[in-house]
Amino acid sequence: MKDVKVLGPGCKRCDAAVQMVKDAAAASGVEVSVSKVTDYAEIAGYGIAATPGIVVDGKVVHAGGLPKAEDLARWIGG
Amino acid sequence: MSAATGSPRVAAPWPWLAGSAAGLLLWGLLYSQLQPFSGWLVSLLPIERHSHLGEAIAFFLYDVPKVLLLLTLVVFAMGVVRSFFSAERTRALLAGRRGGIGNVMAAMLGIVTPFCSCSAVPLFIGFVSAGVPLGVTFSFLIAAPMVNEVALGLLFVLLGWQVALTYLAFGLGVAILAGLVIGRLHLEGWLEPWVLKIQAAQLDLPPNSITWPDRIRAGLEAVREIVGRVWIWIIAGIAAGALIHGYAPEELLAGIMGRDAWWSVPAAVLIGIPMYSNAAGIIPVVEALLGKGAALGTVLAFMMSVTALSLPETIILRKVLSAKLIAVFIAVVGLGILAVGFLFNLLFA
Repeated sequence: MKDVKVLGPGCKRCDAAVQMVKDAAAASGVEVSVSKVTDYAEIAGYGIAATPGIVVDGKVVHAGGLPKAEDLARWIGG
Repeated sequence: MSAATGSPRVAAPWPWLAGSAAGLLLWGLLYSQLQPFSGWLVSLLPIERHSHLGEAIAFFLYDVPKVLLLLTLVVFAMGVVRSFFSAERTRALLAGRRGGIGNVMAAMLGIVTPFCSCSAVPLFIGFVSAGVPLGVTFSFLIAAPMVNEVALGLLFVLLGWQVALTYLAFGLGVAILAGLVIGRLHLEGWLEPWVLKIQAAQLDLPPNSITWPDRIRAGLEAVREIVGRVWIWIIAGIAAGALIHGYAPEELLAGIMGRDAWWSVPAAVLIGIPMYSNAAGIIPVVEALLGKGAALGTVLAFMMSVTALSLPETIILRKVLSAKLIAVFIAVVGLGILAVGFLFNLLFA
């Protein structure tokens, strides 16, 4: 079970990123729990400067804008 | 990367590059046919060409496609350029820089670093907690919304490269100086207390796999997003501009917004603060006002005030800045813009 967090205050892009994570999880068949982190202090604690950010099992793998679908598949499936 | 993902990792860039070249060619073709096309369209209307209504409609029909076409090109190019930058990389360049060179770099990076207003707070905290000085962070935050590709592109199209270049230079100047002043005042204690407590983790992002097709896609995405958002403002702005062009009496406007009315500069800055139109809606109006005798300094001050001092953005920033710090920010930037307006009206008399 992978734990994926999407960091972002809740703009349109952050929701799109959540959807991308869900799609990637469904495509790879890996069991994934997706949660949103919207609290500014908590987001800042991860050290990113642009949202949305993506955290897989505690490690920040992406910050700013939407990730590439291929990269996302690698982070979640690999 | 494991082969198990099965995705074709390296897509051939040629279809994308060829597609871009074909797109640019089509763009050029469309653009070259604009003037004859709009002239033909106006001639079809049962309206006297040189009447007020005829002037207004001709202005509208020529300007709308022209502005939208050029904006699409500029936004696409900027989307590609921005794919080379990221907020995290900009932060690494700025961390630990002292005032001066740090402010200059921050203002210039503000133009090319991808930035959306919902990222303003994370970006602010991310910069400050990573050791970017407060004044340098402000230079970035002032330049990013004020000196952007939409404003510069439209000024270039509608008012010529001299005005666009002047706006660029003075916009950067205001961002650099305001950041320097805020840095000198040492207002770190005026941040909201929780911001100072944040212990940001060291960020160690895996290298990204961005390719040329990705950059072209980023350009197209920028067009879809930005042009998709501002086109309605542009049409509204050009319609308002067309009305001014066709109907507004010249003496009246020159009296209110001309060089001799010194009070029009502070008035323009004040009116601009609560307005949150983007540059897209304002510039076509500005073009028409200039044509009717408004002074360039007054009009530039108005534009800068609208883009750099927007109420919604300060409300977002209120989460991290104390009310006192917001007041200083508005005062310093407002004074800078005021100076630009007066200086301009004086120099280009």
